[in-house]
Amino acid sequence: MLRNGADAFGWVTIVLHWTIAVLIAGLLVLGYIMTRPDIDPVLQFNLFQWHKSFGFTALALSAIRIVWWLAGKHPAPVAGLSALEKQASSAVHILLACLTLAVPVTGWALASASTLDIPSFFFDLVVIPHLPLEKSAVAEASWATAHAIFAYSLGALAILHAGAAFHHHFIRHDAVLVRMLRGSRRDG
Amino acid sequence: MSARLVTITAALMTLAGYALHASPSEARAPSLDDAAGRYDISASSQINFTVGQVGGGGISGKFAKFSGTFQLDGRDIRKSVVEFALFPEAVQTGESRIEDFLRSSAVFDSANHPKIVFRSTKITQTGDDTARIEGKLTAKGTTRTEHFDAKLTKWNRRNISFHIQGGVYRTRYNMSVGTPIYSNIVQFDMIVNGQKH
Repeated sequence: MLRNGADAFGWVTIVLHWTIAVLIAGLLVLGYIMTRPDIDPVLQFNLFQWHKSFGFTALALSAIRIVWWLAGKHPAPVAGLSALEKQASSAVHILLACLTLAVPVTGWALASASTLDIPSFFFDLVVIPHLPLEKSAVAEASWATAHAIFAYSLGALAILHAGAAFHHHFIRHDAVLVRMLRGSRRDG
Repeated sequence: MSARLVTITAALMTLAGYALHASPSEARAPSLDDAAGRYDISASSQINFTVGQVGGGGISGKFAKFSGTFQLDGRDIRKSVVEFALFPEAVQTGESRIEDFLRSSAVFDSANHPKIVFRSTKITQTGDDTARIEGKLTAKGTTRTEHFDAKLTKWNRRNISFHIQGGVYRTRYNMSVGTPIYSNIVQFDMIVNGQKH
């Protein structure tokens, strides 16, 4: 089923979840490599452009993911979770969702405030305009710091999130991980 | 137009007429005594360039260091010769990171190719005070034929100025980085001032 059920995720949620997960992992690696000081300048330029295109893709999918989350129903937590675990889980999910927006938006702001003024040419198809921000070295540095802090926080939180999923799967043997891999069989 | 410019223009037209229509024996045109000669390209010249970018705007800059000479042939403009070298190390864009990038192996590779050289091979008069300069441009180890359009803008006994424009496809010189965000064409807009020897 496409929509979420009472105790299972629909395919839309599952596909968005894993696509965004792969994008985040890839963008983190890309972001790290492209900012190494000794990188070949041509490779660096090209990696930055790929990073921006995939980053805008992540932003769009994350926005859809959040709208889908808020508009649809959310499956009930698996049985056996304590109140504290439920609160922690929901806090991490909300924070993850916020960061999936904050990271690309600060990246967009960084590209917009940069005195390099390099256009964001989404996969060489369409120009995504810069945000109306002041262009200066100081503004660029501030956005770069925010982008990096949010990005590495998102990475750390995603590791925590994945660790929890593995804990549920391998230690507690519940359906937390599995239900994000398999679609609901019935419309709840 | 100054009286002198009118004079030189008239002289150039006369020369062109002779050059095109006269037989070799008759080619003893009235020599262009004042303008003919060897000139050094003076430091007051401006070597400006722009590279457009998608969505408008682009990178504008100039080369602050260059040298060159030209020999104006008083009898036959076609026998005039221009030699010009610029040093990409001295590129200026107002953004030090862009300048560093242009100097790097991505674009000019100025450490290994410190000079960009142009040598004219053919000069053709195209109007009263205009000419097309064709020549060999060598940059980053590659030599290609390019052409520029020159217009005489100022002239006196000691100095001569040309406004020279032309576009160069940078992909020909192994400088294709950034396309298609940045145009393949580097548009040159130069004021070349010559000082007579």
